[in-house]
Amino acid sequence: MKRFFLFLPLVVAVVLGMVLFAGIGKDPTKLDSALVGQPVPAFSLEDLDNPGQQLDASLFQGQVQLLNVWGTWCPACRDEHDDLMWLAREQGVSIVGLNYKDNRDDALVWLDRLGDPYSTNIYDPQGRLGFDLGVYGAPETFVIDAQGVVRYRHVGVVNKKVWQDTLLPVINQVREQG
Amino acid sequence: MVRMLSVLLLVLLSPLAQAEVANVYEFDTAEQEQRFQDLIVELRCPKCQNQNIADSNAPISKDMRAEVYRRMRAGASNDEIVDALVARFGEFILYKPQVEKRTILLWATPAIAVLGGLLVVAGVVLRARRRQTEPEPALNAKEQARAAKILAEDDRDSNA
Repeated sequence: MKRFFLFLPLVVAVVLGMVLFAGIGKDPTKLDSALVGQPVPAFSLEDLDNPGQQLDASLFQGQVQLLNVWGTWCPACRDEHDDLMWLAREQGVSIVGLNYKDNRDDALVWLDRLGDPYSTNIYDPQGRLGFDLGVYGAPETFVIDAQGVVRYRHVGVVNKKVWQDTLLPVINQVREQG
Repeated sequence: MVRMLSVLLLVLLSPLAQAEVANVYEFDTAEQEQRFQDLIVELRCPKCQNQNIADSNAPISKDMRAEVYRRMRAGASNDEIVDALVARFGEFILYKPQVEKRTILLWATPAIAVLGGLLVVAGVVLRARRRQTEPEPALNAKEQARAAKILAEDDRDSNA
């Protein structure tokens, strides 16, 4: 019994080491979305391209889609834009845009110049829908299933690696479950 | 020198940055304002992570303060306001996590640590007391001879 107590500090150190080691490489700025498993919050906002046309959550019914939160004021959104173009054009992914706290004219110029990867763009100048989605920065990308339920949230830039390693597996899983 | 001046400026201006929050919103009574202040101090900014939304200048903190104010005006209770924000941003925004299965260890850790410490102290005290009550048995002749031999060997070793 006494022998065992001699080894206690070693045991404590090893356990502590394992716990701390598991935390290495984890990005503490990435938070789980409270919305995973919940339907997209109800909203009624204008279409970015067609002022006056109202969009609502029925936009997310029928197929698995990405919801990408972006703004022209967001430098990282510029970084991921070319990869979103690639996703939409080459991979045939349907991406709904949420133009977040932006100016309509700036947003339209941006899409005109850089190309438009979005099937639809929700115009959210006040960030109301963004707030209800728990968006705390841009870019953020959500995987929404065919019933309009949020299945995954990715904080930060989407690129080919994120697509291959993270988003595509989630989408495949969501599609399998129907 | 320039650095010192800029630090000084920062220190002098920081009360202004905090005062900004209070002036944006209007309250009917001092209690209401106090309630608002207490609420926003309790909530953590999801973007900056080590600031509460009262101190943070991040856009999301501004939005969260506005939401707290809006809901307060609409007559929501503190719990309702906090729950509404947690539903959007997750439990991360609570400095004090709710007591539930997942967080029970976190809440129990101080008690466990105190209990562990008390056990160690009790153990040490009991052992010391036992040692005091039973005096160490004296060596018999054979043991004394062996001890002397060992000590002699030890001396020789250190002299060599």
